[in-house]
Amino acid sequence: MLETVTRPLLEVRHVSQNYRKGSGEAGTAVLDDVSITLQAGEIVGLLGRSGCGKSSLLRIVSGLVRPSAGEVIYDGTPVIEPAEGIAMVFQSFALFPWLTVLGNVELGLQALGIAEDEAHKRALGAIDLIGLDGFENAYPKELSGGMRQRVGFARAFVVRPNILLMDEPFSALDVLTAETLRTDLLDLWVEGRMPIKSILMVTHNIEEAVLMCDRILILSSNPGRVAAEIKVTLQHPRHRLDPEFRRVVDDIYARMTRRPAGKQPAKDGHFFGLGIGMALPNVSTNILAGLLEAVAAAPYNGRADLPHIAANLQMEIDELFPIGETLQLLRFAEIEEGDIKLTDGGRRFVESEVDARKKMFADRLVAYVPLAALIRRVLDERPSHRAPGSRFREELEDYMSEGFADQTLNAVIAWGRYAELFAYDETEKVFSLENPA
Amino acid sequence: MRSTASPLPPFALRFVPNHWDAIAFLIIIGLLVAMVHGGRGMGEPLPAGEVAPISLKFMYLPYFALRTTLRMFAAIVASLLFTFIYATIAAKSRRAEMVLIPILDVLQSVPVLGFLSFTVTFFLGLFPGNTLGAECAAIFAIFTSQAWNMAFSLYQSLRTVPEDLEEVARGFRLTAWQKFWRLEAPFAVPGLVWNTMMSMSGGWFFVVASEAISVGDTTIKLPGIGAYLSVAIDRRRIDAVAAAVIAMLVVIIIYDQLLFRPIVAWAAKFRVELSVGQTQEKSWVLGLFQRTRWLRAAVAPIGELLGKVAGMRLLWRLPALRRGFANKDASLAIDVVWFALILGVAAWSTWLVVAYVGSALGWGDVGEVLWLTILTMVRVVSLLALATIIWVPISVWIGLRPRVAEKAQPLAQFLAAFPANVVFPIAVVAILTFHLDPDIWLSFLIIFGTQWYIVFNVIAGASAFPNDMREAAASFHVRGWRWWTQVILPGILPYYFTGALTASGGSWNASIVAEYVKWGDDKVTAHGIGAYIAKATEAADYPRIVLGVAMMSIFVILLNRLFWRPLYALAERKLRLN
Repeated sequence: MLETVTRPLLEVRHVSQNYRKGSGEAGTAVLDDVSITLQAGEIVGLLGRSGCGKSSLLRIVSGLVRPSAGEVIYDGTPVIEPAEGIAMVFQSFALFPWLTVLGNVELGLQALGIAEDEAHKRALGAIDLIGLDGFENAYPKELSGGMRQRVGFARAFVVRPNILLMDEPFSALDVLTAETLRTDLLDLWVEGRMPIKSILMVTHNIEEAVLMCDRILILSSNPGRVAAEIKVTLQHPRHRLDPEFRRVVDDIYARMTRRPAGKQPAKDGHFFGLGIGMALPNVSTNILAGLLEAVAAAPYNGRADLPHIAANLQMEIDELFPIGETLQLLRFAEIEEGDIKLTDGGRRFVESEVDARKKMFADRLVAYVPLAALIRRVLDERPSHRAPGSRFREELEDYMSEGFADQTLNAVIAWGRYAELFAYDETEKVFSLENPA
Repeated sequence: MRSTASPLPPFALRFVPNHWDAIAFLIIIGLLVAMVHGGRGMGEPLPAGEVAPISLKFMYLPYFALRTTLRMFAAIVASLLFTFIYATIAAKSRRAEMVLIPILDVLQSVPVLGFLSFTVTFFLGLFPGNTLGAECAAIFAIFTSQAWNMAFSLYQSLRTVPEDLEEVARGFRLTAWQKFWRLEAPFAVPGLVWNTMMSMSGGWFFVVASEAISVGDTTIKLPGIGAYLSVAIDRRRIDAVAAAVIAMLVVIIIYDQLLFRPIVAWAAKFRVELSVGQTQEKSWVLGLFQRTRWLRAAVAPIGELLGKVAGMRLLWRLPALRRGFANKDASLAIDVVWFALILGVAAWSTWLVVAYVGSALGWGDVGEVLWLTILTMVRVVSLLALATIIWVPISVWIGLRPRVAEKAQPLAQFLAAFPANVVFPIAVVAILTFHLDPDIWLSFLIIFGTQWYIVFNVIAGASAFPNDMREAAASFHVRGWRWWTQVILPGILPYYFTGALTASGGSWNASIVAEYVKWGDDKVTAHGIGAYIAKATEAADYPRIVLGVAMMSIFVILLNRLFWRPLYALAERKLRLN
């Protein structure tokens, strides 16, 4: 592909975004000094796991949200509100249930003040293009998921945007439907039948990114930064089993599991925050045990290639990474260069019975999860052996947003319950050492 | 207070700030007193007997029914106008919201019939010597029974518009006008329509009550079923009472079939849900209309025109983004001034009320009113309990049988709409004939019209109870008492509380007309705050009315806050299935 020296279509310059705390003060950073450019004629993918701020970045680019710092330049001017020429496709489709397919597609044209006849003609054209002929008068709830997302695409096409933003547009669809829609979209793109100059898409699906994008930007988490840029030069149509395709996928897995340089004395690196302030993912103990067992069993025998096991278990990186990293935090497994490897502890866990597993789990919670250790210590120290959940929540909120505090607390409650380290009463929101046996 | 039933998002409690209520309450009572003061000065009341006398001939009944219905429609139009303005302002402005929502919440709990004397005086003063004043008073009375829960419903919908749709509207650069009509208003339709229809159902009770009012020497009899009924009572004509009951039945059937059902069925298309709903509202009228060709062709241009108006790029573009106030100090300063203003008005209201009531009444009166209110409360609570014991098992039985429920549910909704006060005279005749104790037997009138809210909400709850849980209970041999306490009652509890809350509010209102009833010159009175207010109204004793209404409102609000809402919230949190 030739290097073009033209002005980029869109520029994101040093954009940062902070969580806003309840008090209105700026909290933890979601995005930190992100700069990207978008050239005409390319599909760019933003790849990252949940919580890396990729959706926030897309909303900043669209003008729906203003960044805390930095700016977005489109067409030579800063984007401070939703701009003409940028349209978005949503993960949830976001169709208006009271409007027909035609009404939904015409929506954006009305806002532009386009005459009714013209709007009608253009809407029918877009509906035709995306393959929705015959469904013009159907209501969204009469359509299947794939058809609904086609309406989402038609609604975006019809305003003839220069830039199409896609927020995980296929992730709410089943595998087959998603594949068909991706292929149809790529065909339109390659054949140049879409009135669109450039596409910026958010995804957590590595294969999807490699299948569609010319450039992939890997975002690291907490705060979100551009960790790597990967050019994909494969010809369309791309095939998943093509060795070169596999090589790119493996490369991305390796990059996404690589430890951040310089900060790796402990193995907590992937969860942001240290000590009590470590944000924990909400991963069920069943799934933790399940992954350990899967890696221990044949054909992996203790060491598995992440893309391989992800495909086998039908998991996306969004689901797989937090599980693997929790196992790493608890020293049941190690993750490196796209592989997951059981430790001795992990093997012993797999071979143990339920009670022994719980014991091992409890020991490791206390040793490696500072929050769990703190809760247990507080409960032991208090004569009543009871402590309100708010005591720990407030402490967590010093380090992270309310959402993360919730998630972290829920995770530690679930793990603590499994390990029989402590009990929790949901109605009263109180931790205790009671064992309702 | 009528609120939601089955096809609605649950009552969003968190939108109801608590600590402002006391202030809102004081402001409302203060305004009422101010209205009486102002209204008196504005003109002389209508001389008694000037309104055309009401004939008891049956042939006039259709005309009276029409007049009554027209009054209802005038009120519902006014309520809708009010709803759109009030709720939109409350949803869009943070400062307005702080005041408007608690006021609305208190108004929901205030016994509307207590207002009648104030509003009648006020409107008669506005249009001296003209029936228009009396008409306005009646319409306003119906309005006050309808508007609050409608406004609440719209406000809650506006505050809960799904975020992704909101982003689409902004992303595609819709103007504020377009966004309101394309997104916000349609999203609010199912809730608003349901509440409007419930309001209209409740409104029949008030239209009957407000067509014949005596405030002191002023007697108003507006041509309508309510006035007809009151004349029939004066003249002890039981045949005319029966005729009024039948006329009312016919009117409600027509309302139910031609309006309620078609509109609720139509509103279903605005529900935001991913699949076609399991419970399809049906309406033969809507079906008929949708199958007609000419009628639809005739109506289509109107729809198109409305669509064009909604699509116009009127007004400003949406403000780019809420970035908060550029100047935090300025914002804070305005807040402080705003708070001070609210507190000032509240203090002034308090002073006005205390001074007004205190000029005529002493602590002894307050004690008496407190005692009477407790009596009425005992009545309301025990009758609710009685209605619960009787109706919950029956409703569960009905709700678990889809075929029966299909027939019974419309009937229960119909009965809830039927104004119970129309049949009061029959009960009074019975009490007089058999020399029954009014303190006990009049009580039943309180619950007569409101028990149906419990019935149809519980039927809805039992119908929605998941079949697999019933099957699980059956396969583990859970039967009898255990089945009731562990399976079905927890399942229907949120629905029951919705119904009971509505029934409770309605019963307090009904006590004003039910504790003090007449048959010719015979008066039957029970001891209670309802009778106290009714008598004070008849005597145009305003300080007593203010005291009575205020006391009753405080009781209703406290009951709602300390009893119903916590229970409802608990049921929502622990027992909502899904």
